[in-house]
Amino acid sequence: MSAPNLKIEDLRVSIEDKEIIKGLDLEINGGEIHAIMGPNGTGKSTLSAALMGHPKYEVTSGKVTFNGEDLLDMEVDERAQAGLFLAMQYPSEVSGITNADFLRSAINAKREEGDEISLMKFIRELDKKMDHLEMDNAFAHRYLNEGFSGGEKKRNEILQMMMLEPKLAILDEIDSGLDIDALKVVAKGVNEMRSPDFGCLIITHYQRLLNYITPDKVHVMMQGRIVKSGGPELAQRLEAEGYDWIKEELGIKDETVGQEA
Amino acid sequence: MSVDTSLRFDKDYVTGFSSSRQEPAWLQELRLQALELAQELPMPKPDKTKIDKWNFTEFKHEATGTPVAFNELPEDVKALIGSEEEAKNVLVIHNGTPVYFALEESVKDQGVIYTDLLTAAKEHEELVKKYFMKAVAVDENRLPALHAALFVNGAFLYVPKNVELSAPIQAVYYQDDEAAIFNHVIVAAEDNSSVTYVENYLSTNESSESVANIVSEVYAGSGAKVVYGAVDNLAKGMTTYVNRRGRAEKDARIEWALGQFNDGNTVSDNTTHLIGDGSFTDTKTVTIGRGDQKQNFVAQIFNHGKHSEGYILTHGVMKDNASSIFNGITKIEHGATKSHGEQTERVLMLSEKARGDANPILLIDEDDVTAGHAASVGRIDPLQMFYLMSRGIPKAEAERLIIHGFLAPVVSQMPLESVKNRLVEVIERKVR
Repeated sequence: MSAPNLKIEDLRVSIEDKEIIKGLDLEINGGEIHAIMGPNGTGKSTLSAALMGHPKYEVTSGKVTFNGEDLLDMEVDERAQAGLFLAMQYPSEVSGITNADFLRSAINAKREEGDEISLMKFIRELDKKMDHLEMDNAFAHRYLNEGFSGGEKKRNEILQMMMLEPKLAILDEIDSGLDIDALKVVAKGVNEMRSPDFGCLIITHYQRLLNYITPDKVHVMMQGRIVKSGGPELAQRLEAEGYDWIKEELGIKDETVGQEA
Repeated sequence: MSVDTSLRFDKDYVTGFSSSRQEPAWLQELRLQALELAQELPMPKPDKTKIDKWNFTEFKHEATGTPVAFNELPEDVKALIGSEEEAKNVLVIHNGTPVYFALEESVKDQGVIYTDLLTAAKEHEELVKKYFMKAVAVDENRLPALHAALFVNGAFLYVPKNVELSAPIQAVYYQDDEAAIFNHVIVAAEDNSSVTYVENYLSTNESSESVANIVSEVYAGSGAKVVYGAVDNLAKGMTTYVNRRGRAEKDARIEWALGQFNDGNTVSDNTTHLIGDGSFTDTKTVTIGRGDQKQNFVAQIFNHGKHSEGYILTHGVMKDNASSIFNGITKIEHGATKSHGEQTERVLMLSEKARGDANPILLIDEDDVTAGHAASVGRIDPLQMFYLMSRGIPKAEAERLIIHGFLAPVVSQMPLESVKNRLVEVIERKVR
């Protein structure tokens, strides 16, 4: 497997004709973990949704390549098949489909017809990963996310990531609403994936997840752009001092999208 | 259309048809009276579906099938009833002719009667007379009248007092001729008996215009239990009227498990009268509409008895240009104190042009009762689609999963494993 590469150039994204992402550049390679931080309303989640191909978000200009191929030209399922994964902030609930059936469909979708994963192997893998994430095995037979608590949904997102083994995962506020124990479990899952063949983009408000997953690069997003990048020390300074010093440094009064003065 | 009936099938035709089959006199008489009524009575008026342009009166009436050994049954039919060892109690009617029949000695020995309706009318005249066109009245409207005048055959299942059958009694009605299906089913369970009946309707006629006019009558005596499973799978060429009616006496129980997967226009009426105190019914239906078909489904329960309970659960998926009306009606009559009615109708529309309408109706003429209803009609959730596709699942497969998921709450509760499996199979074929 070759090391993945995601390259975003001058990306602009709108929702209902309102521009949210206003010219964003970012490159993530295999083996790297990037974190995008920033206050609410600065366009972080829009970025992740647009990269996955969310139907409500419109890319108005810019270029995104994934392993050299035009990502924006692909359908949502093709993006996933190419190795992109998005752990969602608010995963959908789908009644009547068990977690296990759903996962097996997803795994088999990536495989050739006739080369489907055997049920035994699938169950073995699933049990192993669920143990790793300290999930009750009963979750395999519950309907997809239905009636799951916030924390259970987040663990389930990480479980899917581990089962599908993407080349590049975007974790959209995977830490929100998690207690410290759940946070550690989620971090354990991500760390388990770490390898030169895996890249990761973590989107978060808070530094606390980064205590358990050390990022290679930290970016701060404001007004729909990356306004500052640095190493793990940047996240620590943000935790200690907040975002005001960056706003001051850059002369930003209101960091949310649409407020640039 | 109103004159067509009198043109095509007249008194002479019906007399000749009945005589050629050596039917008892009372039956021929009933047919002739029904024919007259069919010419006078109006068509049924299903709520919110216009059927005046639908053809229920022009069709080829008769066809024939040839009796065969088990091995010679069509593969499609064998798939429904299982192996010869499994299909111990089964009637297969092909183009109106009974072509295969099996009934265990141990069942016969208990006094159970199971045979095709024509044979029953000759051999068990009094019993057939007691039940035929009694739950569904000949003069309800034109279609039951036409049915009584022209019914070809069907099944007669009689379970004596206190006899409890564990193995299901099966029937397959299979049509590969362009002729109409005029099938009549009677299930009569005497006091404290228990029986499960499962039927499959199958036809192959895709193109030429034909008609299915089907009536089932279910009688559950005091303390009796009837489970009635049906999977309708008639091809596009059939315009269908299907009326399945039940009457439950004191403490009796009727459970309906219906998979309604016709490809042609369909009017379906499933009504249960809870006559006796403490009687119970539960009607579960799943359906998928596709192509340009129009359908109207009525699930209706009348609570007459005290402490009677009725439940309706319907889930329907509409694809393509299909449109369906789902009318759930719970009618609690005056005097039916402490009775309970509950219904849920849910419709999922897969395309812009698909239409679905769910109308839960509670009509309550008694104070001391409880009742509730829920209904929803919606399109497939684009966020669910996005979620599934974001895991690499292609659009068609994601839709398939969502449909199965939507129907699962009903399918999983179906009382019979064989019906459940058959439903999953037909759903699978329909959503591809």
